[in-house]
Amino acid sequence: MPPARRPSLVDVALQNGALAAADQQERIKRLGQIRSIDKLFRILTRACALAVLGILGAVLLSLFFGAWPALSTFGLNFFVTESWNPVTEKFGALPAIYGTLVTSTIAMLIALPVGLFIAIFLTELCPIWLRRPVGIAIELLAGIPSIIYGIWGFFVFAPFLQTTLQPFLVDSFGNIPLLSTLFAGPPYGIGIMTAGLILAIMVLPFITSISRDVFETVPPVLKEAAYGMGCTTWEVFWNVSLPYTRVGVIGGFMLALGRALGETMAVTFVIGNAHRISGSLLAPGTTISATIANEFTEAVSDLYTSSLIALGLILFFITFVVLAVARILLAQIERRAGS
Amino acid sequence: MALYDKRRRRNTLAMALSFAATAFGLGWLVFILGALLWNGASGISLSVFTEMTPPPGAAGGLLNPLVGSLIMTALAVLIGTPIGMFAGTYMAEYGRYEKVTRLVRFINDILLSAPSIVVGLFIYEVMVAPMGHFSGLAGAVALAVLVIPVVVRSTEDMLLLVPNSLREAALALGMPRAHVIAHISYRAARAGIVTGVLLAVARISGETAPLLFTALNNQFWSVNLNAPMPSLPVVIFQFALSPYKDWQSLAWTGALIITLVVLALSIIARILAAPRRSS
Repeated sequence: MPPARRPSLVDVALQNGALAAADQQERIKRLGQIRSIDKLFRILTRACALAVLGILGAVLLSLFFGAWPALSTFGLNFFVTESWNPVTEKFGALPAIYGTLVTSTIAMLIALPVGLFIAIFLTELCPIWLRRPVGIAIELLAGIPSIIYGIWGFFVFAPFLQTTLQPFLVDSFGNIPLLSTLFAGPPYGIGIMTAGLILAIMVLPFITSISRDVFETVPPVLKEAAYGMGCTTWEVFWNVSLPYTRVGVIGGFMLALGRALGETMAVTFVIGNAHRISGSLLAPGTTISATIANEFTEAVSDLYTSSLIALGLILFFITFVVLAVARILLAQIERRAGS
Repeated sequence: MALYDKRRRRNTLAMALSFAATAFGLGWLVFILGALLWNGASGISLSVFTEMTPPPGAAGGLLNPLVGSLIMTALAVLIGTPIGMFAGTYMAEYGRYEKVTRLVRFINDILLSAPSIVVGLFIYEVMVAPMGHFSGLAGAVALAVLVIPVVVRSTEDMLLLVPNSLREAALALGMPRAHVIAHISYRAARAGIVTGVLLAVARISGETAPLLFTALNNQFWSVNLNAPMPSLPVVIFQFALSPYKDWQSLAWTGALIITLVVLALSIIARILAAPRRSS
């Protein structure tokens, strides 16, 4: 079959001219549709982005309104009162705030050095092929849900501490003036110290992975110069890597601290839920989150519920500030790594 | 010579400590997983997946909390993923250089690590209290609030990795922006976005605190979203702290199931996102 005659340019022009009117109409309609779809999509995505800000605002507002009855009843005394009595409806946040701060302090005191040393291992010592598996294994610690830490802490870790570490601490420090108050009393197993130790394990991966990431931003030429001068691995880390990444390490520390402050279920299992301030680390105590988790569904009166929400507001405020500082510091090091 | 020895000793000590720290960290993982297997594996049987939670002293399974968890997790992902994905899309595509994007990123990063119990309180205030009763829907919404920041972060990160030349090529062909996003950007970033959703599922499937006073718990079979709904983590919490041996061993079994699911999800997510390091 011979090929069909190809239309000449004139034909096409004529044809187009004839179709132009209808075509043009169709075209304008389609373009309009596309334009409005585009506009709609833009508005939709923008609304979703703003919804993220809306969530923060809504959380703050709703907590504030929920907490208002308690805050207006107790005023500033709420923050410094030790009693927590649902029967007489006298509520004070001090034991919970104290417990939150002390458990987090214990956690950070342990997790910071251990996390940094693991990061040194991962960036300096570990053979390349082993880096990823070990890094992932440490990060899996962060993936384990907090309820698992709770049940493990309650049934395995607390009895373990009760029979090993805690009697040892009581025996060794019982006669030293200051330390004897810290480690006073019978080893219950559950208490402030156990909660602090579990928190330490839980935040360890955050410190490790962020420190490792920021250590990797150190320009090799800096480290090589130090090695070239005969520095040891430790000296390179201490005098070059750490000063260079200080901001990032502090950022990772704050991020982990924010996690530790707000951690709920693991602490709830092992803290003992006692609303009192005890000088001893072995004694049971409570934290803000554990109090809310334990008592919220049992709170019958409005003032009780409101006091618990006020605790939540305090917790949100503290963690917000800590996390905000963490993010600002980490953004600084990210900018430097980018430039 | 003395100085040299001192420096060398200090270095050896530091390196030994970093070995020890790594062993210490890995030790906890082994310790926890070992305890879970030891206490939970013996309880795994078919009846765990086919029977309801028992009253104290009787045999039973975890069917109703398993189903409750599945429903609430699925619903949370259905609610949270589109919102998070669109928000991330705006930040990476339309509003990449806008001030508001930086603000949203900052707030989102804070929400990412905000205490989940506070989210529970928030949903209690805005849903449970006005409705007058606890409900599975409230639980799902609470979990959705936790899903959103994870998906926002991963979507934005992944879309920022898509080379601009791809977008420019598509725009040069006359493709409208929305089509470029849907057909070019999303397609290029698909693996990363799926990873983000998986990580979000891993995160919420073990969450207990936000469910305690939103979905509450239910001893019985319930798929009614308007009524209290059981969930695996809350049942574990309740059973583990109970004085009954049967309940405690069911709690261990449930804990083992959750851990396996969560670890499997995070490992799959890591494989999908292999070339990128996670933050």
